[in-house]
Amino acid sequence: MKEYKTINKIAGPLLFVEKTEPVGYKEFVTVTLSNGETKRGQVLETSKDYVIVQVFEDTQGIDKQTYVHFSGEIIQMPVSGKMLGRVLSGIGTPLDGGRKIIPEDKRNIQGEVINPYSRTRPNEFIQTGISTIDGMNTLVRGQKLPLFSGSGLPHNEIALQIARQATVTGEEESFAVVFCAIGITQEEAKQFINEFERTGALQRGVVFLNLASDPSIERIITPRMALTTAEFLAFDYGYHVLTILTDMTNYCEALLEIGAAREEVPGRRGYPGYLYTDLASIYERAGLIKGKSGSVTQLPILTMPGDDKTHPVPDLSGYITEGQIFVSRNLYRKNVYPPIDVLPSLSRLMNSGIGKGKTRADHKALSDQLYAGYAEGLDLRGLATIVGKDALTSRDQRLLSFADTFEKRFVMQGRDENRPIETTLELGWDILSTLPEDELTRIPGDMLEAYYRRETTADEGD
Amino acid sequence: MEVSLSSYSSNTEPRIYKVAGPVVIVENLNGRMYDVVLVGHNKLMGEVIEIEGNKSIVQVYEDTELIKPDDPVENTGTPLSVELGPGLLASIYDGIQRPLPLIAEESSFIRRGVTIPALSREKKWTFVATKEVGDTVKGGDAIGYVDETANFRHHILVPPYTKGTIRDIASGEFTVTDTVCTLEDGTSLTLMQRWPVKKHRPFYDKRWPDTVLVTGQRILDTLFPLAKGGTAAIPGPFGSGKTITQQQLAKWADADVIVYIGCGERGNEMTDVLVEFPELVDPKSGSPLMDRTVLIANTSNMPVAAREASVYTGITIAEYFRDMGYDVALMADSTSRWAEAMREISSRLEELPGEEGYPAYLASRLAEFYERAGRIETLSGGEGSVTVIGAVSPQGGDFSEPVTQNTLRVTKTFWALDAKLANRRHFPAINWLKSYSLYQDQVTPTLERSYPGWVANMKRLMELLSREDELSEIVQLVGSDALPEDQQMTLEIARMVREYFLQQDAFHDVDTFCPLEKQYMMVNLLLSFSDNAYRAIELNKHVDEILDLPSRPMIARMKYERDYKAYSKKVSTQIEKDFNELFGGEKE
Ligand SMILES: Nc1ncnc2c1ncn2[C@@H]1O[C@H](COP(=O)(O)OP(=O)(O)O)[C@@H](O)[C@H]1O
Ligand SMILES: [Mg+2]
Repeated sequence: MKEYKTINKIAGPLLFVEKTEPVGYKEFVTVTLSNGETKRGQVLETSKDYVIVQVFEDTQGIDKQTYVHFSGEIIQMPVSGKMLGRVLSGIGTPLDGGRKIIPEDKRNIQGEVINPYSRTRPNEFIQTGISTIDGMNTLVRGQKLPLFSGSGLPHNEIALQIARQATVTGEEESFAVVFCAIGITQEEAKQFINEFERTGALQRGVVFLNLASDPSIERIITPRMALTTAEFLAFDYGYHVLTILTDMTNYCEALLEIGAAREEVPGRRGYPGYLYTDLASIYERAGLIKGKSGSVTQLPILTMPGDDKTHPVPDLSGYITEGQIFVSRNLYRKNVYPPIDVLPSLSRLMNSGIGKGKTRADHKALSDQLYAGYAEGLDLRGLATIVGKDALTSRDQRLLSFADTFEKRFVMQGRDENRPIETTLELGWDILSTLPEDELTRIPGDMLEAYYRRETTADEGD
Repeated sequence: MEVSLSSYSSNTEPRIYKVAGPVVIVENLNGRMYDVVLVGHNKLMGEVIEIEGNKSIVQVYEDTELIKPDDPVENTGTPLSVELGPGLLASIYDGIQRPLPLIAEESSFIRRGVTIPALSREKKWTFVATKEVGDTVKGGDAIGYVDETANFRHHILVPPYTKGTIRDIASGEFTVTDTVCTLEDGTSLTLMQRWPVKKHRPFYDKRWPDTVLVTGQRILDTLFPLAKGGTAAIPGPFGSGKTITQQQLAKWADADVIVYIGCGERGNEMTDVLVEFPELVDPKSGSPLMDRTVLIANTSNMPVAAREASVYTGITIAEYFRDMGYDVALMADSTSRWAEAMREISSRLEELPGEEGYPAYLASRLAEFYERAGRIETLSGGEGSVTVIGAVSPQGGDFSEPVTQNTLRVTKTFWALDAKLANRRHFPAINWLKSYSLYQDQVTPTLERSYPGWVANMKRLMELLSREDELSEIVQLVGSDALPEDQQMTLEIARMVREYFLQQDAFHDVDTFCPLEKQYMMVNLLLSFSDNAYRAIELNKHVDEILDLPSRPMIARMKYERDYKAYSKKVSTQIEKDFNELFGGEKE
């Protein structure tokens, strides 16, 4: 056993241990305080002169009398099919008073890199019942699609509505939810757990809780534990796992803290230069694998500091994930629920999940046209406030009211309203039919022929 | 409990001193810069990147988990090299040229320490010798060929800096390591050769790129053309279309060979290429697109040092095909991830950082990379080219950041992606006011010969679009209704150009690829409509009347027409008819 009492320096979550025998990079570490309390950590740097250990819990109480034990192994977590229905802490200890989980296997929480050659391209449409998502930013099984939100916005409601309503049409399959709280408040966590209990989702779910009051450094491993569990359920048990990770911004703050303690050269806005690589090691843990029946779909939530999408956390996330759903403060203020702004939103996998045989042949063209019309309508809304509505041409006026109708009828829906994809598409056509047919240049002629409402019944210009 | 340092071995064998992520410091290595070393008991591949006293700094291409101080290190004494020979095409490799399909036979996940040769040692190729005993050959000369696919002739070249008289040569069935030719001095030549990736392959001379690389993407070919052997940068924030543009080029560019490097990006995007390319047919050769493609995949969650290497691996393969006299196009998506890999390594080395933490040598590395593009005269007097198209992912979408700026300094085509356009689903979201091509003057004379008026048309389109920009500033102040009719007409024509011509749907069967001739016809129709429209305005017709003409939506649908020649004629006749009716007897 390699155990030492040679801590030389303590800086934030980091311990500098001297005079050790050779210790492996990323080795799992336990630290034993003089009062018997133990804490866990990991080797961040190792050399003949000293070893840097990152402790996952707070370093309070650690002193030079503390024992540091190096395990010789990387961090592994016990996994089991029996984890379903359990509530665990941010480092995997049961919080629900239930029985100890008897491991079926142990897995490296860093996860392994899926060979791109072994991936299956995600292409199954998940119906969420939310028009702005299904119609215009379609979620696909195995996708990583985050909610980009701001503090105080109803991202949790949206995530819950998705978790509640998500179905793959024509299939009754084994579906599981892994919920991972990263530094969120007790109330927020309760909101999720209560809802999971109410809908029975908890029986088919695993909850990991790192709350705002828990040590921030623990946040480095909580999402990794959650994803290790999700992968186990997906690829060993064949579940289709929806993984909700909230709030990724708190995760990044924890990384920032470690970077600062190590006195690293920072990248943009103080965040470590490896933030992209680190986030990728989380977000890339989604998808489908050839020859395996399950899947991991990720729905991370992040709050953009100052609602700024150029902030490194949303920015680098957007570069890795397969699109993003924007929750907008503007729409929220206008009492639009769900306040999803479709313009900056995107589902990169939409094209492989929609169309003939999946949703409907006109889906893409319809979506593109809605985008084009709404974007132009919004520009004109800005213009109308400056020059007045009357200074606009009749075409422009039509687009202006199109944007309003779009928000009121297409975007807005009830918290429990679960719209089938047909309903969403028909709604789209109702709204588009308030515009003259020949202005719908995004839509091929045969589709206009089939779907455009010649006798428009839509309430024009409301 | 406590141990003294003496528990470490004290011999002078190379041993690990320190491990910090992908950076490992080794004592007593006695190596040279860029030597490949094998680190630890698993023999993980790494490369010497700095030497200081008795310590060598090594970047390791694989995860360094559980590597310990005092672990052994072995020096191979050779720099990181790639294998070049038959079997490259249709392959997918990781950043250090390990074949991913073979790795996948073991597990769906990538394990460490795997060593599988890049080119199959078992497969036999039919070699046809084109040189004879007694011929003298030198580096770059072809001694024969292998028909690697139905439509691709892989020339077997004498490696650079080798020369002599052939003592022995024979056609037949050979593996890549069999000797197919022996020189008088005993040098034996095989179908395969190796080349160190960080060194460019030699050529005789560089020439001006003067032929357009046809991409079938309207905004590129017509407004901002790229030349064979040229360089292009595609910067843009996330979701603006870098990857789709790169994939479109990989699919449709009229190059002989495509090298596509997924550098630090999504795993699923590589899967996309793997699924799609074998299904798509190369319009030029009639074979599956995959047959002319080499994929290098270092996804964002793979080790960063290998990400750094992936770009060099790719460009070396590209140069190799160039040396056979082919036109090669290389896409790197994204060069920013490559730069970030450099930053990560540099920060582990505690080097003095430059702007935004990037190393001071960022600019020179980027310049060296793009410098490996070019239209060249090969060592044997032929001509080949490597075109390099690099995606750039500026943080926060801000083009003033170091990677974008340093790239723009060395690339000659700039396709500026714009989030605003992407948000409204105007694709390709290339901003026509910011983008440019410095190859325009070189490549347009040939285009003009085939398509008279090409240059003038292009200039008219650009003028129209910048006029629209000026006018929309006025609209912002007074509203669109306040503009005089002719200016309103300008806005409408510009809208037609944007929506009917510039917008192009990569996912539409027909629209995804637009031949040059079709582009030319579309522009002619638009300009003919425009000329007539202005004349109508002069004759006091109203904008609304003109917009209602049936020929207008017909122009809009042209992009979806497969039989574009017949359709173009139809539309042209309709335009004439529409305006004749509109002018009534007034037209002279
Ligand atoms: N030429 C195009 N035609 C149609 N859609 C496009 C085109 N270019 C981009 N898109 C859309 O934009 C999305 C993002 O494009 P992508 O190339 O992945 O962006 P980036 O690489 O810049 O993040 C795609 O998923 C696709 O829906
Ligand atoms: Mg991309």
